[in-house]
Amino acid sequence: MKETPLSNCERRFLLRAIEERKRLDGRQTYDYRNIKISFGTDYGCCIVELGKTRVLGQVSCELVSPKLNRATEGILFFNLELSQMAAPAFEPGRQSDLLVKLNRLLERCLRNSKCIDTESLCVVAGEKVWQIRVDLHLLNHDGNIIDAASIAAIVALCHFRRPDVSVQGDEVTLYTPEERDPVPLSIHHMPICVSFAFFQQGTFLLVDPSEREERVMDGLLVIAVNKHREICTIQSSGFEMQ
Amino acid sequence: MQSDAKIRTEYGTDSSPQSPGCSLRHFACEQNLLSRPDGSASFLQGDTSVLAGVYGPAEVKVSKEIFNKATLEVILRPKIGLPGVAEKSRERLIRNTCEAVVLGALHPRTSITIVLQVISDAGSLMACCLNATCMALVDAGVPMQALFCGVTCALDSDGTLVLDPTAKQEKEARAVLTFALDSVDQKLLMSTTKGLYSNAELQQCLAAAQAASQHVFRFYRESLQRRYSKS
Repeated sequence: MKETPLSNCERRFLLRAIEERKRLDGRQTYDYRNIKISFGTDYGCCIVELGKTRVLGQVSCELVSPKLNRATEGILFFNLELSQMAAPAFEPGRQSDLLVKLNRLLERCLRNSKCIDTESLCVVAGEKVWQIRVDLHLLNHDGNIIDAASIAAIVALCHFRRPDVSVQGDEVTLYTPEERDPVPLSIHHMPICVSFAFFQQGTFLLVDPSEREERVMDGLLVIAVNKHREICTIQSSGFEMQ
Repeated sequence: MQSDAKIRTEYGTDSSPQSPGCSLRHFACEQNLLSRPDGSASFLQGDTSVLAGVYGPAEVKVSKEIFNKATLEVILRPKIGLPGVAEKSRERLIRNTCEAVVLGALHPRTSITIVLQVISDAGSLMACCLNATCMALVDAGVPMQALFCGVTCALDSDGTLVLDPTAKQEKEARAVLTFALDSVDQKLLMSTTKGLYSNAELQQCLAAAQAASQHVFRFYRESLQRRYSKS
């Protein structure tokens, strides 16, 4: 379905309100919406609600052969899907730009920051490593997909337990959850993305833009930070940074 | 446009006096939980949970439009991995069920899109999808001639019938049968089966499913009454 166009009067109203430091839902400039995290019955399943934006995250694992140039490291795979439930405009063929941008940002934030210890995912060097797959599904789009998705990904990874495995010489034994308790992943730190939306050529700034605010923004700056105040990723798009 | 229209309704379990073990797991339903879709519902059966969102009647692409009725589209997304052939076949079954009950002739040249997301799968997934779809269609206000529900039965190797099987029971069963029944006369709208069973067993399963569907329909009625009552 085509995206409903934003009317000019709505756009003017939003921009005027932002100039007067007012937001539609009554938040201040640096206020985040309420975050609610709930977990499912499987390990690694979580649902994050950032205001009305809702993301489902699920982590799964599989034993595979490692990549040739990284024989002792496990593989991390991230997949964010913009479900057609989230917004009528998210049709399978039509969302490639946004999808690629979000996926790439998530990968940079979580994989390149080395928050998961991939060396600990190695079982037999060069032959068998764990492939951890994180599937994120956007269920409702009310702005700021990237923040909700990054929270869902890191929370699901923390919640996940992989089956225990033991290596004796050449023999690899994979234990079922009934035989031995599953083991958590080793996570060094938890990077979370924070989005800043810019309006009127960078004069006004809002944190955690809602869907309406995202439609009228000039540019977006995403910074991924962890608890130790280290910046993990920065991405700016849409305008010139002064 | 109530924001408090989210109803957490409860449980329906009951055992039919004739056959022991014919009891459904507890179920719960929540409607209108997503802000973007026209209608949405989350249906929980035991540990199996499915979220359904409905958009419609809405604009349809000229290539897909039907001149005298609405075009129904069903999309089912699994939780892990990309959708495959199994999802496509389930989508087809759900679409056939919906086409039998939705009054498409009232909205010609429009599209009604149903998007399903599996939240957790612990057995009887197809039945849960059907129930979530029905609740979401009701929430969206799509005109239908009857409500429908899904019931799954499993037959194990001694011929014992288990309604609403868990994942473990489904794996060990000799045959798993899922039926979609309508609310007016409990007529059969759709059936999908897997495994070996005899004609007599099929009739027995169908009768048990029809009895169980009464509980599901009563649950639908109670949850809608609660939602629209003025208290």
